[in-house]
Amino acid sequence: MIDSNALIGPYPFRHVPHPDPEVLVRVLDRERLDGAWVGHLPSAFYRDPTPGNAELFTALRPFSDRLRPVPAVRPDWPKWEATLEQAASEGAPAVRAYPPQWGLGPHDSSMRELALAAGERGMALLLTVRFEDLRQRHAMDTAGDLSAAAIRSLARAGDAVRLVVTAASRDLIEETHWGLTDAEQRRVYWDISWIWGPPEDHLAKLFRTVGAKRFVFGTQWPLRLTQTPRANLDLLPDDVRSLEMADAGAVCAAAARRVGAVRG
Amino acid sequence: MTAARDAGEPLAGREPLIDAHAHFLFGDTGRADWADVNDARFRAGERIGVTYHVASILGTFGFSSPTYFPSPDDVTRGNDAMLEIAERESNRVRMFVTVNPNYTGHALLEIDRCVARGAIGIKLAASRRADDPLLDPIADVAADRGLPVLHHIWQHRRREWPSQEISDGADLARLAVRHPRARFILAHIGGGGDYAHTFPAVVDCPNIYPDLSGSGADRGMLDSAVAALGAERLLWASDLTMCTGLAKLRALHQLGLSADDIADIRWQNAVRIFPPRSFPRCPALSASRVSLPSSPR
Repeated sequence: MIDSNALIGPYPFRHVPHPDPEVLVRVLDRERLDGAWVGHLPSAFYRDPTPGNAELFTALRPFSDRLRPVPAVRPDWPKWEATLEQAASEGAPAVRAYPPQWGLGPHDSSMRELALAAGERGMALLLTVRFEDLRQRHAMDTAGDLSAAAIRSLARAGDAVRLVVTAASRDLIEETHWGLTDAEQRRVYWDISWIWGPPEDHLAKLFRTVGAKRFVFGTQWPLRLTQTPRANLDLLPDDVRSLEMADAGAVCAAAARRVGAVRG
Repeated sequence: MTAARDAGEPLAGREPLIDAHAHFLFGDTGRADWADVNDARFRAGERIGVTYHVASILGTFGFSSPTYFPSPDDVTRGNDAMLEIAERESNRVRMFVTVNPNYTGHALLEIDRCVARGAIGIKLAASRRADDPLLDPIADVAADRGLPVLHHIWQHRRREWPSQEISDGADLARLAVRHPRARFILAHIGGGGDYAHTFPAVVDCPNIYPDLSGSGADRGMLDSAVAALGAERLLWASDLTMCTGLAKLRALHQLGLSADDIADIRWQNAVRIFPPRSFPRCPALSASRVSLPSSPR
């Protein structure tokens, strides 16, 4: 199993213990995870993510058998297409974008262009609904959550699009999913890092209605406990316990191409 | 602990485990699925290995009066339902009696009525700020009768939030200083707000015991709690997200705590602060673990 939602690097609004790739590899071993798609956490807050991408590629290179880079591409930035090409050449299964942090609205045309361009290169576009609970955010953290409208807009951009939406909760998933056609729904995958288990059983309800194959494993390490999504799966009720989520390698061609190179 | 499932073992092992902050629903909460949610708590509790759920019902949870400002009638209805669950499930459920301190007479009568039928603690939601003098008569009763008070807390209150008169660790600390004989459970360090503010706010109040519950599962939160307060001040709990509760149990094992420290958080601290003989399925405490912390760490 792959962790589709891992990051390295510090977080600007609170101390995060040792957010380093060598620590992440030890955590993967402990949690019996084969590998991880890894972004660069501070890049979400940079105006220009280019230097952060360079740091990411360099930091992950010694761990390339387990950790795959997911660099950030800002589509309203000049020459973003070159950044996307570089991501492809580095073997990235996906690229990250942060529309709320970059001030890009839910129907921003450059985001749709990026989603299509990534998809045409076999890469997914990885989106982050939130980094922290709304109730604990720093006074300067005013970006807000990614909206369902923004996700629907990207899912409708074209058949090449593949989205991995991380840190979404049940309401946003349902608001998005049931606002898309069958074909559009198949372009969207959700990580389970922010979906609650019992007693409300949100994850079980989503497996029954949306379908387990629309979900991938994700932890949002180093911000959150890696143990939470595994605990959630362990607590599923009997009728959905045997259902299998999508493997991250099945999300898009770039993920599938390199998944064999990841241990396990 | 993850390998335990296939062997039929509880996911968190067979050591006693007390969930010090749980809730149940009932028919008057306006939810058609209320019984399913209760069943899900028991199902997950069995799978995790919860020995006792110490639970409350907050009025009608918003159906006929606000969750955090329940009317006296709704408080009584919720407590009646909670009494029924605790009596029916007496081998695994214990009860907090919920009160709204704006109605002092009613609150004191409810405490009398429900303790007589087995309640072992008092639940205060967010009907009145924790340091308000209206809480004093309730804290006095709690101290006199040895009932811990579980107080809903927002970690670091920076402004008013709708639908509740929110308190934070500093607010609760002022109440705890006024009532040194009473024991207070500070609700859900993962339940919203900035837990990093809470630990220094309560460190000098040895009669405040934070619980670990809440959907928040930040890396660093448990480490900080243990470093600031020590295992002897913390209580395991789940509140509304049992998945994060199990995750935190597993994470505690990564902190390098001793077996006694983990047992303190799992159940021994709860046994110490609730009235004697509240948890007959838990073993007797060893002599070295019986006493409560009496001075700031």
